[in-house]
Amino acid sequence: MSEQVTVKEAVEVKVEKKEALFSKKNKRLLADPMDDSNPITVQVLGVCSALAITVQVEQAIVMSLSVIAVLAIGNVLVSLLRHAIPARIRIIVQLVIVATLVILVDQILQAFAYDVSKKLSVFVGLIITNCIIMGRLEAFAMANKPWQALLDGLGNGAAYGMILVVVAVFREFFGSGKLFGVQLVPDAFYEAGYMNNNMMILPPMALIVVGLIIWFQRGRNTKLIEDH
Amino acid sequence: MKFDKDGNGFTFGFATVMVVVVATVLSVASISLQPFQQKNKTAEKMQNILKTIGVEVSRDEATKIFGDYVKERIILDYSANASTPKTGAIDPLDKEDAFNINMKKQYKSKKWEKRAYPVYICEKDGKQYRVIPMVGKGLWGPIWGFVALEADNNTIFGASFDHKTETPGLGAEINTADFQDQFPGKKLFDATGKFISIKVMKGGAPEGFEHGVDAITGGTITSNGVTDMLKKTLKVYQPYLEK
Repeated sequence: MSEQVTVKEAVEVKVEKKEALFSKKNKRLLADPMDDSNPITVQVLGVCSALAITVQVEQAIVMSLSVIAVLAIGNVLVSLLRHAIPARIRIIVQLVIVATLVILVDQILQAFAYDVSKKLSVFVGLIITNCIIMGRLEAFAMANKPWQALLDGLGNGAAYGMILVVVAVFREFFGSGKLFGVQLVPDAFYEAGYMNNNMMILPPMALIVVGLIIWFQRGRNTKLIEDH
Repeated sequence: MKFDKDGNGFTFGFATVMVVVVATVLSVASISLQPFQQKNKTAEKMQNILKTIGVEVSRDEATKIFGDYVKERIILDYSANASTPKTGAIDPLDKEDAFNINMKKQYKSKKWEKRAYPVYICEKDGKQYRVIPMVGKGLWGPIWGFVALEADNNTIFGASFDHKTETPGLGAEINTADFQDQFPGKKLFDATGKFISIKVMKGGAPEGFEHGVDAITGGTITSNGVTDMLKKTLKVYQPYLEK
Protein backbone atom coordinates (compact mmCIF):
# COMPACT_ATOMS: atom_id res chain seq x y z
CA MET A 1 0.00 0.00 0.00
CA SER A 2 2.61 2.42 1.08
CA GLU A 3 4.79 1.42 -1.85
CA GLN A 4 1.97 2.20 -4.20
CA VAL A 5 1.68 5.66 -2.80
CA THR A 6 5.37 6.27 -3.32
CA VAL A 7 5.11 5.15 -6.93
CA LYS A 8 2.14 7.39 -7.44
CA GLU A 9 4.03 10.31 -5.99
CA ALA A 10 7.01 9.58 -8.19
CA VAL A 11 4.78 9.58 -11.22
CA GLU A 12 3.29 12.88 -10.17
CA VAL A 13 6.71 14.42 -9.80
CA LYS A 14 7.60 13.17 -13.25
CA VAL A 15 4.43 14.62 -14.67
CA GLU A 16 5.25 17.89 -13.06
CA LYS A 17 8.66 17.87 -14.73
CA LYS A 18 7.02 17.60 -18.10
CA GLU A 19 4.33 20.16 -17.36
CA ALA A 20 3.11 22.37 -20.17
CA LEU A 21 5.00 25.60 -20.79
CA PHE A 22 1.99 27.58 -19.69
CA SER A 23 0.60 25.37 -16.97
CA LYS A 24 -1.58 26.90 -14.32
CA LYS A 25 1.39 27.19 -12.00
CA ASN A 26 3.53 28.89 -14.60
CA LYS A 27 0.79 31.30 -15.51
CA ARG A 28 0.61 32.29 -11.88
CA LEU A 29 4.28 33.23 -12.03
CA LEU A 30 3.30 35.82 -14.60
CA ALA A 31 0.02 36.89 -13.06
CA ASP A 32 0.76 36.97 -9.35
CA PRO A 33 3.14 39.93 -9.43
CA MET A 34 0.44 41.97 -11.16
CA ASP A 35 -1.78 41.86 -8.11
CA ASP A 36 -1.20 39.61 -5.09
CA SER A 37 2.57 40.06 -4.90
CA ASN A 38 3.10 43.26 -6.83
CA PRO A 39 6.67 44.40 -6.27
CA ILE A 40 5.79 48.06 -5.81
CA THR A 41 2.39 48.15 -4.17
CA VAL A 42 2.60 44.99 -2.05
CA GLN A 43 6.29 44.41 -1.46
CA VAL A 44 7.03 48.15 -1.70
CA LEU A 45 10.30 47.60 -3.55
CA GLY A 46 11.77 49.76 -6.31
CA VAL A 47 9.89 52.81 -5.09
CA CYS A 48 12.90 55.09 -5.57
CA SER A 49 12.85 54.82 -9.34
CA ALA A 50 9.06 54.89 -9.34
CA LEU A 51 9.27 58.36 -7.79
CA ALA A 52 12.01 59.64 -10.03
CA ILE A 53 11.09 58.74 -13.59
CA THR A 54 7.31 58.88 -13.66
CA VAL A 55 6.98 62.51 -14.72
CA GLN A 56 6.47 61.50 -18.35
CA VAL A 57 4.91 58.36 -19.77
CA GLU A 58 7.62 57.88 -22.40
CA GLN A 59 10.38 57.75 -19.80
CA ALA A 60 8.34 55.40 -17.65
CA ILE A 61 7.85 53.01 -20.57
CA VAL A 62 11.52 52.97 -21.54
CA MET A 63 12.51 52.50 -17.92
CA SER A 64 10.00 49.64 -17.58
CA LEU A 65 11.28 47.92 -20.71
CA SER A 66 14.84 48.26 -19.45
CA VAL A 67 13.92 46.75 -16.09
CA ILE A 68 11.94 43.94 -17.74
CA ALA A 69 14.92 43.11 -19.97
CA VAL A 70 17.45 43.21 -17.14
CA LEU A 71 15.23 41.22 -14.79
CA ALA A 72 14.21 38.54 -17.29
CA ILE A 73 17.70 37.98 -18.69
CA GLY A 74 19.30 38.19 -15.25
CA ASN A 75 16.83 35.68 -13.85
CA VAL A 76 17.52 33.23 -16.69
CA LEU A 77 21.30 33.56 -16.41
CA VAL A 78 21.31 33.09 -12.65
CA SER A 79 18.91 30.17 -12.98
CA LEU A 80 21.16 28.50 -15.58
CA LEU A 81 24.18 28.98 -13.35
CA ARG A 82 22.41 28.17 -10.10
CA HIS A 83 24.17 24.82 -9.64
CA ALA A 84 27.58 26.29 -10.43
CA ILE A 85 27.54 29.55 -8.47
CA PRO A 86 29.60 29.10 -5.29
CA ALA A 87 27.37 29.91 -2.33
CA ARG A 88 29.84 32.23 -0.68
CA ILE A 89 30.07 34.65 -3.58
CA ARG A 90 26.55 34.26 -4.94
CA ILE A 91 25.47 37.83 -4.14
CA ILE A 92 28.56 39.19 -5.87
CA VAL A 93 27.90 36.98 -8.88
CA GLN A 94 24.30 38.20 -9.04
CA LEU A 95 25.46 41.78 -8.73
CA VAL A 96 28.00 41.37 -11.52
CA ILE A 97 25.37 39.85 -13.80
CA VAL A 98 22.90 42.66 -13.08
CA ALA A 99 25.57 45.34 -13.46
CA THR A 100 26.69 43.92 -16.80
CA LEU A 101 23.15 43.83 -18.13
CA VAL A 102 22.47 47.36 -16.93
CA ILE A 103 25.60 48.70 -18.62
CA LEU A 104 24.57 46.94 -21.83
CA VAL A 105 21.09 48.47 -21.65
CA ASP A 106 22.60 51.90 -20.99
CA GLN A 107 24.99 51.60 -23.94
CA ILE A 108 22.24 50.44 -26.26
CA LEU A 109 19.98 53.31 -25.20
CA GLN A 110 22.80 55.78 -25.78
CA ALA A 111 23.28 54.41 -29.27
CA PHE A 112 19.68 54.05 -30.38
CA ALA A 113 17.45 56.08 -28.05
CA TYR A 114 19.71 59.00 -27.24
CA ASP A 115 17.05 61.49 -26.14
CA VAL A 116 15.34 59.11 -23.75
CA SER A 117 18.71 57.97 -22.45
CA LYS A 118 19.56 61.58 -21.64
CA LYS A 119 16.27 62.09 -19.82
CA LEU A 120 16.69 58.91 -17.79
CA SER A 121 20.28 59.98 -17.07
CA VAL A 122 21.51 58.32 -13.89
CA PHE A 123 18.38 56.27 -13.34
CA VAL A 124 19.33 53.66 -15.94
CA GLY A 125 22.52 53.03 -13.99
CA LEU A 126 20.51 52.89 -10.81
CA ILE A 127 18.55 49.88 -12.08
CA ILE A 128 21.44 47.98 -10.48
CA THR A 129 20.27 49.10 -7.07
CA ASN A 130 16.62 48.29 -7.75
CA CYS A 131 15.76 45.87 -4.96
CA ILE A 132 13.24 44.06 -7.14
CA ILE A 133 16.01 42.69 -9.33
CA MET A 134 18.37 41.42 -6.65
CA GLY A 135 15.33 40.20 -4.74
CA ARG A 136 14.06 38.05 -7.60
CA LEU A 137 17.51 36.71 -8.44
CA GLU A 138 18.20 35.67 -4.87
CA ALA A 139 14.72 34.51 -3.92
CA PHE A 140 13.54 32.90 -7.13
CA ALA A 141 16.15 32.34 -9.82
CA MET A 142 18.62 30.66 -7.45
CA ALA A 143 16.07 27.94 -6.75
CA ASN A 144 14.12 27.50 -9.98
CA LYS A 145 14.53 26.35 -13.56
CA PRO A 146 15.29 28.82 -16.35
CA TRP A 147 11.82 28.79 -17.92
CA GLN A 148 10.11 29.52 -14.62
CA ALA A 149 12.76 32.11 -13.87
CA LEU A 150 12.08 33.80 -17.20
CA LEU A 151 8.34 33.93 -16.48
CA ASP A 152 8.98 35.24 -12.99
CA GLY A 153 11.30 37.91 -14.39
CA LEU A 154 8.83 38.98 -17.04
CA GLY A 155 5.97 38.96 -14.55
CA ASN A 156 7.71 41.04 -11.94
CA GLY A 157 9.23 43.38 -14.50
CA ALA A 158 5.87 43.93 -16.15
CA ALA A 159 4.18 44.45 -12.81
CA TYR A 160 6.76 47.10 -11.93
CA GLY A 161 6.28 48.68 -15.34
CA MET A 162 2.51 48.65 -15.02
CA ILE A 163 2.59 50.69 -11.81
CA LEU A 164 5.19 53.04 -13.29
CA VAL A 165 3.09 53.73 -16.36
CA VAL A 166 -0.10 54.24 -14.34
CA VAL A 167 1.66 56.72 -12.05
CA ALA A 168 3.25 58.43 -15.06
CA VAL A 169 -0.11 58.80 -16.82
CA PHE A 170 -1.54 60.55 -13.76
CA ARG A 171 1.51 62.75 -13.32
CA GLU A 172 1.97 63.75 -16.92
CA PHE A 173 -1.73 64.40 -17.51
CA PHE A 174 -2.38 66.45 -14.39
CA GLY A 175 1.11 67.90 -14.16
CA SER A 176 1.64 69.06 -17.72
CA GLY A 177 -1.72 68.43 -19.42
CA LYS A 178 -0.02 66.05 -21.82
CA LEU A 179 0.41 62.37 -22.58
CA PHE A 180 3.45 61.16 -24.54
CA GLY A 181 4.32 64.83 -24.92
CA VAL A 182 1.07 65.57 -26.79
CA GLN A 183 -1.08 68.26 -25.24
CA LEU A 184 -4.46 66.86 -24.28
CA VAL A 185 -5.94 69.60 -22.15
CA PRO A 186 -7.39 72.09 -24.67
CA ASP A 187 -6.13 75.67 -24.64
CA ALA A 188 -9.67 76.84 -23.88
CA PHE A 189 -9.38 75.23 -20.44
CA TYR A 190 -6.25 77.20 -19.65
CA GLU A 191 -7.92 80.39 -20.84
CA ALA A 192 -10.84 79.63 -18.54
CA GLY A 193 -8.44 79.54 -15.61
CA TYR A 194 -7.42 75.86 -15.48
CA MET A 195 -3.88 75.37 -14.28
CA ASN A 196 -1.53 72.42 -14.41
CA ASN A 197 -0.89 70.99 -10.99
CA ASN A 198 2.81 71.69 -10.54
CA MET A 199 2.82 69.51 -7.46
CA MET A 200 2.26 66.53 -9.77
CA ILE A 201 5.67 67.05 -11.34
CA LEU A 202 7.45 66.88 -8.01
CA PRO A 203 8.49 63.54 -6.49
CA PRO A 204 6.19 63.68 -3.41
CA MET A 205 3.17 63.40 -5.67
CA ALA A 206 4.48 60.11 -7.05
CA LEU A 207 4.52 58.80 -3.51
CA ILE A 208 0.95 59.96 -2.99
CA VAL A 209 -0.22 58.42 -6.28
CA VAL A 210 1.49 55.13 -5.39
CA GLY A 211 -0.24 55.35 -2.01
CA LEU A 212 -3.62 55.85 -3.69
CA ILE A 213 -2.97 52.84 -5.93
CA ILE A 214 -2.13 50.73 -2.88
CA TRP A 215 -5.32 51.94 -1.18
CA PHE A 216 -7.40 51.14 -4.25
CA GLN A 217 -5.77 47.73 -4.66
CA ARG A 218 -6.36 46.74 -1.03
CA GLY A 219 -9.93 47.90 -1.19
CA ARG A 220 -10.49 45.55 -4.10
CA ASN A 221 -8.27 42.64 -3.07
CA THR A 222 -9.07 41.93 0.59
CA LYS A 223 -6.47 39.12 0.72
CA LEU A 224 -3.83 41.81 1.04
CA ILE A 225 -5.18 43.31 4.22
CA GLU A 226 -3.15 42.10 7.17
CA ASP A 227 -5.14 41.41 10.31
CA HIS A 228 -3.58 42.77 13.42
CA MET B 1 38.57 13.75 -4.68
CA LYS B 2 34.99 14.84 -4.57
CA PHE B 3 34.24 18.00 -6.53
CA ASP B 4 33.62 20.79 -4.06
CA LYS B 5 31.52 23.62 -5.47
CA ASP B 6 32.12 25.75 -2.40
CA GLY B 7 35.87 25.12 -2.14
CA ASN B 8 38.32 27.98 -2.45
CA GLY B 9 39.73 26.73 -5.73
CA PHE B 10 36.41 26.61 -7.51
CA THR B 11 35.27 29.90 -6.01
CA PHE B 12 38.37 31.67 -7.27
CA GLY B 13 38.14 29.91 -10.61
CA PHE B 14 34.48 30.86 -11.01
CA ALA B 15 35.14 34.48 -10.12
CA THR B 16 38.07 34.69 -12.55
CA VAL B 17 36.20 33.17 -15.46
CA MET B 18 33.17 35.36 -14.73
CA VAL B 19 35.23 38.54 -14.71
CA VAL B 20 36.94 37.67 -17.98
CA VAL B 21 33.66 36.79 -19.68
CA VAL B 22 31.96 39.95 -18.44
CA ALA B 23 34.89 42.13 -19.49
CA THR B 24 34.88 40.62 -22.97
CA VAL B 25 31.14 41.06 -23.41
CA LEU B 26 31.25 44.69 -22.26
CA SER B 27 34.28 45.55 -24.39
CA VAL B 28 32.71 44.07 -27.51
CA ALA B 29 29.45 45.90 -26.82
CA SER B 30 31.19 49.17 -26.15
CA ILE B 31 33.32 49.03 -29.29
CA SER B 32 30.53 47.92 -31.58
CA LEU B 33 28.09 50.56 -30.29
CA GLN B 34 30.58 53.40 -30.28
CA PRO B 35 30.04 54.58 -33.89
CA PHE B 36 26.31 55.00 -33.20
CA GLN B 37 26.89 56.81 -29.92
CA GLN B 38 29.50 59.05 -31.52
CA LYS B 39 27.11 59.96 -34.30
CA ASN B 40 24.50 61.00 -31.74
CA LYS B 41 27.04 63.06 -29.83
CA THR B 42 28.36 64.84 -32.92
CA ALA B 43 24.83 65.64 -34.02
CA GLU B 44 23.99 66.89 -30.56
CA LYS B 45 27.03 69.16 -30.55
CA MET B 46 25.92 70.67 -33.84
CA GLN B 47 22.41 71.04 -32.49
CA ASN B 48 23.69 72.86 -29.40
CA ILE B 49 25.88 75.22 -31.42
CA LEU B 50 22.97 76.06 -33.70
CA LYS B 51 20.70 76.57 -30.70
CA THR B 52 22.88 79.38 -29.37
CA ILE B 53 22.39 81.37 -32.57
CA GLY B 54 18.66 80.83 -32.39
CA VAL B 55 18.32 77.93 -34.83
CA GLU B 56 16.22 75.28 -33.08
CA VAL B 57 16.25 72.03 -35.03
CA SER B 58 16.19 68.31 -34.39
CA ARG B 59 19.46 66.38 -34.17
CA ASP B 60 19.11 64.84 -37.63
CA GLU B 61 18.32 68.21 -39.12
CA ALA B 62 21.30 69.79 -37.36
CA THR B 63 23.86 67.67 -39.20
CA LYS B 64 22.34 68.69 -42.53
CA ILE B 65 22.18 72.43 -42.04
CA PHE B 66 25.21 72.92 -39.80
CA GLY B 67 27.37 74.09 -42.71
CA ASP B 68 24.77 76.64 -43.81
CA TYR B 69 25.22 78.63 -40.61
CA VAL B 70 28.68 77.82 -39.29
CA LYS B 71 31.06 79.39 -41.78
CA GLU B 72 34.50 79.23 -40.19
CA ARG B 73 36.07 77.13 -37.48
CA ILE B 74 39.14 78.50 -35.72
CA ILE B 75 41.37 77.26 -32.90
CA LEU B 76 43.00 79.74 -30.53
CA ASP B 77 45.92 78.97 -28.25
CA TYR B 78 46.19 80.28 -24.70
CA SER B 79 47.55 83.63 -25.93
CA ALA B 80 44.58 83.92 -28.30
CA ASN B 81 46.60 83.43 -31.49
CA ALA B 82 44.22 82.12 -34.12
CA SER B 83 44.87 79.17 -36.41
CA THR B 84 43.99 79.17 -40.09
CA PRO B 85 40.21 79.02 -40.32
CA LYS B 86 38.65 75.80 -41.57
CA THR B 87 35.68 76.04 -43.86
CA GLY B 88 33.39 73.61 -45.64
CA ALA B 89 32.68 70.04 -44.63
CA ILE B 90 34.10 68.63 -41.41
CA ASP B 91 36.66 65.85 -41.77
CA PRO B 92 36.24 63.81 -38.59
CA LEU B 93 39.93 62.84 -38.65
CA ASP B 94 41.34 66.35 -39.03
CA LYS B 95 42.85 67.20 -35.64
CA GLU B 96 43.34 70.82 -36.67
CA ASP B 97 39.62 71.30 -37.11
CA ALA B 98 38.06 73.17 -34.19
CA PHE B 99 34.97 70.98 -34.34
CA ASN B 100 37.02 67.86 -33.60
CA ILE B 101 38.56 69.25 -30.43
CA ASN B 102 37.37 66.95 -27.69
CA MET B 103 36.29 69.38 -25.01
CA LYS B 104 36.00 66.61 -22.45
CA LYS B 105 39.65 65.74 -22.94
CA GLN B 106 40.42 69.41 -22.53
CA TYR B 107 38.66 69.28 -19.22
CA LYS B 108 40.92 66.48 -18.10
CA SER B 109 44.11 68.41 -18.79
CA LYS B 110 44.48 70.62 -15.76
CA LYS B 111 46.75 73.11 -17.47
CA TRP B 112 44.69 75.89 -19.01
CA GLU B 113 47.74 77.04 -21.02
CA LYS B 114 47.88 73.76 -22.92
CA ARG B 115 44.25 73.63 -23.93
CA ALA B 116 42.94 74.49 -27.36
CA TYR B 117 40.26 77.16 -27.62
CA PRO B 118 37.89 76.77 -30.56
CA VAL B 119 35.71 79.52 -32.03
CA TYR B 120 32.90 79.03 -34.51
CA ILE B 121 32.09 81.96 -36.73
CA CYS B 122 28.46 81.73 -37.70
CA GLU B 123 26.20 83.71 -39.94
CA LYS B 124 22.46 84.04 -39.71
CA ASP B 125 20.25 86.52 -41.58
CA GLY B 126 23.34 88.51 -42.62
CA LYS B 127 24.55 88.93 -39.04
CA GLN B 128 27.75 87.44 -37.69
CA TYR B 129 28.01 85.56 -34.43
CA ARG B 130 30.94 83.97 -32.65
CA VAL B 131 30.18 80.78 -30.76
CA ILE B 132 32.58 79.83 -27.99
CA PRO B 133 32.54 76.32 -26.53
CA MET B 134 33.60 75.73 -22.94
CA VAL B 135 34.02 73.03 -20.32
CA GLY B 136 34.07 73.30 -16.58
CA LYS B 137 33.49 71.48 -13.38
CA GLY B 138 30.06 70.82 -11.89
CA LEU B 139 29.36 69.05 -8.63
CA TRP B 140 29.76 65.47 -9.83
CA GLY B 141 31.49 65.76 -13.17
CA PRO B 142 32.09 67.91 -16.19
CA ILE B 143 29.67 70.56 -17.39
CA TRP B 144 29.98 72.20 -20.78
CA GLY B 145 28.30 74.75 -22.93
CA PHE B 146 28.33 77.13 -25.86
CA VAL B 147 27.95 80.89 -25.76
CA ALA B 148 27.11 82.89 -28.89
CA LEU B 149 28.27 86.51 -29.01
CA GLU B 150 26.83 89.19 -31.24
CA ALA B 151 28.98 91.10 -33.74
CA ASP B 152 30.08 93.56 -31.00
CA ASN B 153 31.86 90.61 -29.33
CA ASN B 154 30.30 91.69 -26.06
CA THR B 155 26.58 91.00 -25.98
CA ILE B 156 25.47 87.39 -25.52
CA PHE B 157 23.05 86.27 -28.19
CA GLY B 158 22.37 82.81 -26.83
CA ALA B 159 23.79 80.16 -24.53
CA SER B 160 23.37 76.46 -24.08
CA PHE B 161 24.71 74.33 -21.26
CA ASP B 162 24.77 70.67 -20.51
CA HIS B 163 26.20 68.30 -17.96
CA LYS B 164 27.16 64.72 -17.51
CA THR B 165 26.01 63.71 -14.05
CA GLU B 166 24.61 66.71 -12.19
CA THR B 167 21.78 66.03 -9.73
CA PRO B 168 18.43 65.74 -11.55
CA GLY B 169 16.10 68.55 -10.56
CA LEU B 170 18.92 70.61 -9.03
CA GLY B 171 22.21 71.15 -10.84
CA ALA B 172 20.90 69.34 -13.90
CA GLU B 173 18.57 72.28 -14.49
CA ILE B 174 21.36 74.15 -16.28
CA ASN B 175 20.31 72.41 -19.48
CA THR B 176 16.76 73.73 -19.29
CA ALA B 177 15.43 76.70 -21.24
CA ASP B 178 14.48 78.45 -18.00
CA PHE B 179 18.12 78.79 -17.08
CA GLN B 180 19.58 79.35 -20.52
CA ASP B 181 17.05 81.97 -21.59
CA GLN B 182 18.43 84.34 -18.98
CA PHE B 183 21.67 84.80 -20.89
CA PRO B 184 20.71 86.64 -24.11
CA GLY B 185 21.37 90.38 -23.79
CA LYS B 186 23.91 90.03 -20.98
CA LYS B 187 27.29 91.63 -21.53
CA LEU B 188 30.85 90.39 -20.96
CA PHE B 189 32.52 93.81 -20.74
CA ASP B 190 31.35 96.85 -18.80
CA ALA B 191 30.95 100.33 -20.31
CA THR B 192 34.66 101.10 -19.87
CA GLY B 193 35.65 97.90 -21.67
CA LYS B 194 36.70 96.02 -18.56
CA PHE B 195 36.15 92.25 -18.64
CA ILE B 196 33.52 91.23 -16.08
CA SER B 197 32.05 87.97 -17.42
CA ILE B 198 28.66 86.68 -16.31
CA LYS B 199 27.99 85.58 -12.80
CA VAL B 200 25.43 82.97 -11.82
CA MET B 201 24.19 84.60 -8.63
CA LYS B 202 22.80 82.87 -5.60
CA GLY B 203 19.76 84.77 -4.38
CA GLY B 204 19.12 86.11 -7.88
CA ALA B 205 20.65 88.78 -10.07
CA PRO B 206 19.43 92.35 -9.50
CA GLU B 207 16.93 93.66 -12.03
CA GLY B 208 18.65 95.03 -15.12
CA PHE B 209 22.10 93.83 -14.07
CA GLU B 210 24.06 93.07 -17.23
CA HIS B 211 26.63 90.70 -15.80
CA GLY B 212 24.59 88.24 -13.79
CA VAL B 213 21.83 85.66 -13.98
CA ASP B 214 19.79 83.83 -11.34
CA ALA B 215 21.37 80.71 -9.89
CA ILE B 216 19.55 77.42 -9.46
CA THR B 217 18.00 76.70 -6.09
CA GLY B 218 19.71 73.69 -4.58
CA GLY B 219 22.31 73.70 -7.33
CA THR B 220 24.81 76.11 -5.84
CA ILE B 221 27.94 74.18 -6.70
CA THR B 222 26.84 73.58 -10.26
CA SER B 223 25.89 77.27 -10.53
CA ASN B 224 29.31 78.30 -9.26
CA GLY B 225 30.80 75.85 -11.75
CA VAL B 226 29.03 77.69 -14.57
CA THR B 227 30.31 81.06 -13.29
CA ASP B 228 33.84 79.69 -13.10
CA MET B 229 33.69 78.07 -16.49
CA LEU B 230 32.41 81.28 -18.13
CA LYS B 231 34.96 83.48 -16.43
CA LYS B 232 38.02 81.31 -16.94
CA THR B 233 37.23 80.40 -20.53
CA LEU B 234 36.11 83.80 -21.74
CA LYS B 235 39.12 85.44 -20.11
CA VAL B 236 41.34 83.51 -22.52
CA TYR B 237 39.28 84.77 -25.44
CA GLN B 238 39.43 88.36 -24.23
CA PRO B 239 42.36 89.48 -26.46
CA TYR B 240 40.71 87.79 -29.42
CA LEU B 241 37.36 89.43 -28.73
CA GLU B 242 38.92 92.87 -28.27
CA LYS B 243 40.61 92.69 -31.66
